[in-house]
Amino acid sequence: MLKALQLEPEKCTGCLQCEMACSYENEAVFNPSKSRIKVFNFHDEGRFAPYTCSQCSEAWCMHACPVEAIVINQQTGAKEVIEDVCVGCKVCTIACPFGTGNYNSDSGKVIKCDLCGGDPACATACPTGAITYVDADHTGLARMKAHAGQSIPKN
Amino acid sequence: MAWTRKILRVNLTAGTCTPEPLNMEWAALYLGQRGLATKYLAEEIDPKVDALSPGNKLIMATGPLTGTMASTGGRYSVITKSPLTGAIACSNSGGFIGNEMKMAGWDMIIFEGKSPKPVYLYLENEHAELCSAEHLWGKSVWETDHLLHNAHQDPQLRIACVGRSAEEGCLYAGVINDIHRAAGRSGVGTVMASKNLKAVAIRGTRGVGNVRDFKAFFKATQAAKAVLAGNPVTGEGLPKLGTQVLMNVINEVGAMPTRNMREVQFEGANRISAEAMLVPRESDGKPNLVTNAACFGCTIACGRISTIDPKHYTIANKPEYMGANGGLEYEAAWALGSDTGVDDLDALTYANFICNEDGFDPISFGATVAAAMELYEIGAITKETTGGIEMKFGSAEALTRSAELVAKGEGFGRELALGSKRLTEKYGHPDLSMTVKGQEFPAYDPRGIQGMGLTYATSNRGACHLRSYTVSSEILGVPVKTDPLTTDGKPELVKAFQDATAAVDSSGLCVFTTFAWTLEDIAPQVDAACEGGWSPEKMLEMGERIWNLERKFNMDAGLTAADDTLPKRLLKDAAKTGPAKGKVNELHKMLPHYYEIRGWTPEGVPTAETVSRLRL
Repeated sequence: MLKALQLEPEKCTGCLQCEMACSYENEAVFNPSKSRIKVFNFHDEGRFAPYTCSQCSEAWCMHACPVEAIVINQQTGAKEVIEDVCVGCKVCTIACPFGTGNYNSDSGKVIKCDLCGGDPACATACPTGAITYVDADHTGLARMKAHAGQSIPKN
Repeated sequence: MAWTRKILRVNLTAGTCTPEPLNMEWAALYLGQRGLATKYLAEEIDPKVDALSPGNKLIMATGPLTGTMASTGGRYSVITKSPLTGAIACSNSGGFIGNEMKMAGWDMIIFEGKSPKPVYLYLENEHAELCSAEHLWGKSVWETDHLLHNAHQDPQLRIACVGRSAEEGCLYAGVINDIHRAAGRSGVGTVMASKNLKAVAIRGTRGVGNVRDFKAFFKATQAAKAVLAGNPVTGEGLPKLGTQVLMNVINEVGAMPTRNMREVQFEGANRISAEAMLVPRESDGKPNLVTNAACFGCTIACGRISTIDPKHYTIANKPEYMGANGGLEYEAAWALGSDTGVDDLDALTYANFICNEDGFDPISFGATVAAAMELYEIGAITKETTGGIEMKFGSAEALTRSAELVAKGEGFGRELALGSKRLTEKYGHPDLSMTVKGQEFPAYDPRGIQGMGLTYATSNRGACHLRSYTVSSEILGVPVKTDPLTTDGKPELVKAFQDATAAVDSSGLCVFTTFAWTLEDIAPQVDAACEGGWSPEKMLEMGERIWNLERKFNMDAGLTAADDTLPKRLLKDAAKTGPAKGKVNELHKMLPHYYEIRGWTPEGVPTAETVSRLRL
């Protein structure tokens, strides 16, 4: 079963545990500036929102890459950057409508979420359940259930 | 090791920024943050120095766990000599500035001297630069934050700065970071402003990657996070209700200081409590509380994000206050509310916004307003003194107007900015100042919680709840329940809390974790991150060493055992209502024994044996 990251911003407290888990998993350092997932603070609204690559089926980044450095992981469905092939041209970062692929000036390559090979560290680290890793075909299930509970009359 | 082993020395007089290695011998004895920075301060300044002179120094310090995945691992402290108390000051803050300093590669920053002109420190990894802040002087914290983000075109910049109250010399101004987190107490912001240092803007992209044993660290931090999640206070009470969960609890046990501590219960408590913050208001159908929020790395997330009723008199035609911002924590709600007798939740929230916007301590401010209200009631000050404000207990208008005046250093605000000790002395009634060593009390009446009397009297930074929060034991039963109305065993309890807290404050972790964690949970996390074999016993011994170092600093600064006392009101006037009715604080039953178990002389001085045992 293909799985996907499910983000529920209303549960997010802005603690950045996900960013630390991501940077440690990928760079062996606690360093939010190297995280593939980012949490945004909409201060005046009192809202936090975690955001990362949604692994588009027809991924703009993959199509834009001139050297075919972005490939599909058949097990997880993730669009992964092959570091050895990536030339750091950043065209994928321009192509992505969501801004979730970003250049890493330390390595000269682009970094983006690869679902940690099927065990995303951000989801494990999230203390509030704002980031979960669920059935890709049913990321709407929790919201659907909540609305079902409201809209269907009780006996 | 989780230290970066690097400190930045900023000489403001000369305008230089110089990196130097961290003294690892001291780090082995004092760990980091509160302990280690106190060691540096004690070694580098004359304790008798005028706190607002260039001879004082100001240290911003992280702990070894700051910037790691340990829950709450984002703390930093500001250490200096206090202009309010003349004693050591160490104010702790969360938010995101501590981790950013660490990620930039620095354990601490030492500011010395005084800049000839207003400056701010811009720190981007190794690059440190003093930049002109002449255009920022006279700006609020919020404006400064906005202008610096724009100037550097970097939304990820983290900023700590002082507001106008500090520039105007308010003796309890703090250093505010990330808009509404504060190193709030003892006037650390006043010292920063006295050095013409407006702000510190940091961007760190190096990260923290050098924990001693990552596997052990991950295991220890995971286990500790599970303890927080499973605990009713840290797992449920604090995220849902914040520290304000205490308002009704403390009121019921008769330890809610009210109207300048004349009473111990506040009839309006339920209107300014955590529960009240959840009730939808009439005007827009929204409650005061928008959401809870976490500081860096915190899996508790006790922070409050609030809005003010858009129809409230305080913000009519002021759109800048209509958005969500840092809401009421228990201490602020108490000081601004119960202690002044004001039960208007929106007025309190507004006053709290103003405290953040211009960077002053809501505890000392609220308590000083309360003292002024009592002075007004007895006729010692009049409307002429206050510039027309009717300084009556219960007046929301008096409270919010006072906040606006202190924020900008205008009118009667200049007198309120002195703190309650100097204000009441000036008008001939020093007994009306509810302070220890010149610092205003926090939100626990020591007649109803006896251990807190000893806590306040002996706290190295003046009256403070965060030096030994025996409320945990005496009221909440953590880690063991003790009777709040007796003095039995309290000297031992206070000493144990003081030492353990000093250790936590030196690690980079938040003291609120200790509702659930003991040193048995904390030491394995420190030990996995740092060389040195950090057992709970070693942490506790270090805490005792820090406590004695702070004590020694204060003694060298000229404080004596005579300063280890409480206002007469708490020692002579019995509580009028509640479970503590008829009780005063029986400090005299606790203090001599406390000195004895501390290894101090009857005059409160650490004996030669104690000094040598603790390797001071």
